[in-house]
Amino acid sequence: MIARYGSLAYLTAILVAPVSLIFWRAFEHGFHPFWAAISNPNAVHALKLTLEITVVVVPLNTAFGILCAVAIVRHRIPGMGLVNAFVDLPLALSPVVVGLALYLLYGRGGWFGDLGFQVLFALPAMVLATTFVSLPFVVREVVPVLREIGTQQEEAAATLGASSFTTFRRITFPAIRWAVAYGVVLTSARSLGEFGAVSIVSGGIAGRTQTLTQYVQASYENFDQTGAYAASVLLAALAVATLFLMTVVKRGDRSS
Amino acid sequence: MSAQAVERLYAPRRPPLAGGVALGYLSVIVLIPLAAVVAKAANGGWHHFWQVAWNPEARAALGLTFELAGGVVAINAVTGTALAWTLVRDDFHGKRLVNALIDLPFALPTIVAGLTLLALYGPTGGVGVNVAFTRWGVLMALLFVTLPFVVRTVQPVLIELDRDMEEAAASLGANRVTIFRRIVFPHLLPALLSGIALAFARAIGEFGAVVLIAGNIPFKTEVASLYVFQHINSDDPAGASALAVLMLVISFAVLLGIGAVRRWAVRHDR
Repeated sequence: MIARYGSLAYLTAILVAPVSLIFWRAFEHGFHPFWAAISNPNAVHALKLTLEITVVVVPLNTAFGILCAVAIVRHRIPGMGLVNAFVDLPLALSPVVVGLALYLLYGRGGWFGDLGFQVLFALPAMVLATTFVSLPFVVREVVPVLREIGTQQEEAAATLGASSFTTFRRITFPAIRWAVAYGVVLTSARSLGEFGAVSIVSGGIAGRTQTLTQYVQASYENFDQTGAYAASVLLAALAVATLFLMTVVKRGDRSS
Repeated sequence: MSAQAVERLYAPRRPPLAGGVALGYLSVIVLIPLAAVVAKAANGGWHHFWQVAWNPEARAALGLTFELAGGVVAINAVTGTALAWTLVRDDFHGKRLVNALIDLPFALPTIVAGLTLLALYGPTGGVGVNVAFTRWGVLMALLFVTLPFVVRTVQPVLIELDRDMEEAAASLGANRVTIFRRIVFPHLLPALLSGIALAFARAIGEFGAVVLIAGNIPFKTEVASLYVFQHINSDDPAGASALAVLMLVISFAVLLGIGAVRRWAVRHDR
């Protein structure tokens, strides 16, 4: 009883009430102010930029995640210990450190400071920052599944003459596909919501290098609360959609 | 045929291309950038590094960060375990919704998390408190973003836990506190420690959720991540790098700690 009411009260105070309130705040004067705030050109550009970054980052980290998981579980080659140790790091590392790292590397006087095209304060650095912070999700979902399914079927396929690509396509991938899907959902959510690392390397110029999360911050700091709440509600709706997809994927996994 | 022999047999069919690509990608995205931070911090030698990293403002920021992370760990240990317990052992209307809500802080952008707390507990919240620009506000923001960690590590262990032992203890006259302390808790401990460690690492590095609430007042609400951000903006990359390297070391230590807890749990359990 104490556990139930105590923990539910805590959940309400720290999570449910504040999140519900911004939905109410965004719509308290009706739908029109919300729509006006969200169709502001800078907000629209910020949303587009956020989606662009996500569309680049998710396929990159999905491909890497699958490759990396296969390499960690199936090959014992030198260097994989290092990969294994570093692949979880983005989960435990401050996004500010990630931003600083890219700022130093691609900034003036950095090792890659002059590549012939603009990296820092432009799309490439924002993509790199988002890739860094969302790197581990697919790997972490796929590794335990690969360990669990073992190698018997893959070996049988190989013995019967299947190429390693065919073996992967027909045997390995179907077994890990729900784990991959779950990892993709988590990677997308992280990419859409990334703030700290991107805000250091983007420059945050409204209408040019400002993502939707940065738009929230800028609006709030410029006393445009309606704009901040409207963009927040949009991001929160994406988060709720993510939760829904997570549940769907979990259910699909269980039924297969 | 031993496992090694099987592996040798099939190894030639599987060129280490995947490993090479993975290592290359990881180098470009993670390793080289982090090396640049370490190089920047180590630029003037160790003596210089300590001088830059150990100034009063940085010390205050680190001290506050550790204090808050300690509070986050203590509160999460209790509330996280209670939430996991409620979700596994209790039954009530809307339990599945609550279970789904636990993951919301993972999915919700951190800047939105900070804004929602300010909306309710800030100057215009209307609940009679104002945590804006206070350490209490920063603590709340950290509690918001770390909420899922302990719940999601403890919950699966609690589901798997065999209730025979608890029933045996109850039939022998143990009360509920004793049963929890002597039977349930020891089983939960490794998972609880992993969850706590993840929450600790997150609390040390969190930026988005605290940036609006903290308002960044040095010596008062400036945590380590805000210090780093501030020193990049005021064109002091060396100062930012010194603290960033310390944060990097802490993150590594936490990950190593989690690995150690897992190995210990595997050795002592089952």
